[in-house]
Amino acid sequence: MPEIAPARDAADALQAAMPEALLDSHCFRDETTLIVPPVQVVDVCRFLRDTPGLVFNFLSDISAVDYWPEQVRPERFGICYHLLSMLYGRRLRVKIFVAEDEAEAPTITAVWPGANWLEREIFDLMGINFRGHPDMRRVLMPADWDGHPHRRDYPLGYEQVQFSFNAEEIMKHKPFAKE
Amino acid sequence: MAVVETPTGAPEAYRWEGNIEELRGLVSERAFTGETMLLNMGPHHPSTHGVLRVLLELDGEQIVNAVPDVGFLHTGIEKTIESKTYEKGVTATDRMDYLSPLSNNMAFCLAVEKLVDLDVPPRAQLIRVICLELQRIASHMVWLGTHAIDLGAMSVLLYAFREREKVLDMLEMLSGQRMMGSYFRPGGVWRDITSDFKPTLVKFLGEFPRAVQDYQRLLEKNPIWVDRTQGVGVIEPERALAWGMTGPALRGSGVNWDLRKSMPYSGYEQFTFNVPLGEHGDVYDRFMCRILELWESMKILHQALERLEDRGPFRSDNRKFVPPPRSELGQSMEAVIHHFKLWTAGFDAPDEEVFAAVESPRGEIGCYLHGTGGNMPRRVHFKTPSFMHISSLPLLTQGHFIADLVAIIGSVDIVLGDCDR
Repeated sequence: MPEIAPARDAADALQAAMPEALLDSHCFRDETTLIVPPVQVVDVCRFLRDTPGLVFNFLSDISAVDYWPEQVRPERFGICYHLLSMLYGRRLRVKIFVAEDEAEAPTITAVWPGANWLEREIFDLMGINFRGHPDMRRVLMPADWDGHPHRRDYPLGYEQVQFSFNAEEIMKHKPFAKE
Repeated sequence: MAVVETPTGAPEAYRWEGNIEELRGLVSERAFTGETMLLNMGPHHPSTHGVLRVLLELDGEQIVNAVPDVGFLHTGIEKTIESKTYEKGVTATDRMDYLSPLSNNMAFCLAVEKLVDLDVPPRAQLIRVICLELQRIASHMVWLGTHAIDLGAMSVLLYAFREREKVLDMLEMLSGQRMMGSYFRPGGVWRDITSDFKPTLVKFLGEFPRAVQDYQRLLEKNPIWVDRTQGVGVIEPERALAWGMTGPALRGSGVNWDLRKSMPYSGYEQFTFNVPLGEHGDVYDRFMCRILELWESMKILHQALERLEDRGPFRSDNRKFVPPPRSELGQSMEAVIHHFKLWTAGFDAPDEEVFAAVESPRGEIGCYLHGTGGNMPRRVHFKTPSFMHISSLPLLTQGHFIADLVAIIGSVDIVLGDCDR
């Protein structure tokens, strides 16, 4: 297989091939981020994986971020796909934004089956549904859990400290079986 | 529906109250006709290396389906870090992968340093490399011991833990704790190495090769070991990549990918070492990769020891991010202000996102960090190797016997704290 020189800029390559799929791109600390529309994320991932000169063949991570309450953008959630090109030794972040009222994104399990549990984790902890996912269940929290703990409006729980004067009073409200 | 039937007269407590329909899609249709058997393995089972539960669908002894169930150790570490300043967040990361806490420290510190653009002095990088390699040895010792005991080789555990104890003693010299040291801090390490550390490391490097030779002699050509591991849990390189496997589990399939070599961090590019590769992608090759990695770690430690003579700062002197040493507080008003500011409010980081990854003993630990512009992160996410490896467990185990499942779980070296976070 002939050695193909790496494309200088993934954003340019995507812009040339699928102009409608690139909303924005920026670079921070040598990390390139491509912002794409949610509906096209599967095509973009497949393009980045299969195009000579890019070959982002490995999915490192999928992570979701909640922009509540500052709301820098109209959409509440961001989902970052961290891709890695083992051939050229570089990383790329593909990012989509998802609104709160339709918290849904297409699944990329068809491109990388390893995305399966990473997407389940986001569904579990952030409450974003992945359309077409083969097994959309909670993964870390119990199946009957209410709410999505990694949302920023989900309170960080804590346990009241018991002292001798209020130990019994607090014990009454503790959520475990008594007698 | 044979699975749900409860023997008449069974005590109330033994009656299963789950809904059989919940299993539809997870196991094959044959389970519903009673043709195959459903068996629950774990979460309290010594060979699942923690609290992993696997729902097995069995045809006789053969695994038709394995459905891993995780989350028993979920402690919300990522959520906790969101309400801590960056330096305090380091202590929470220790508790994820409890067999190699320093790798977690490293991933988090690299991400923080990248986010605020903080430089780490060469000596701090060197100390970090020494610690990471010691940690790799300690982690591989636990893996070796437990993996061997799973397959019936009892004595290896004792020899492996004997050596691990020496490594933990050294880590205790540095940080004051055997395991959860939080020794790495943004900008360097907590303090310089102590005077007794170097002689202990030299002594350890003198003794350890013999120990590794012993392990190799015990297992490498042992007919029982070879029978139990060769050709078991085979995964092809393409599938391993598609399923996000990393570390020795990926290298066992022959993929030459080690972040220390391919995308060096913390000065790993200055060291000469090899990346051991497997060929067949079975349990035996993954075992050999890890064993040979021990030799490579020793090589790195030898080279690091030579360079340990060069004195220098062990932590960045950028006072906006790194607290001043205690000795300065009596003389400098500036130092008092920095000390107070950093230990109460911490430092601010930009509202941007970064991703840093390190090669832990188990594979790639990735840390995604998103700042808020304030002193606490908006989001921290750890991509952990155990999480990916457990998700590919059904692939690895299909068609094998239950006894092989135990070998396969041991060979991908999972840590449930790492998986559940």
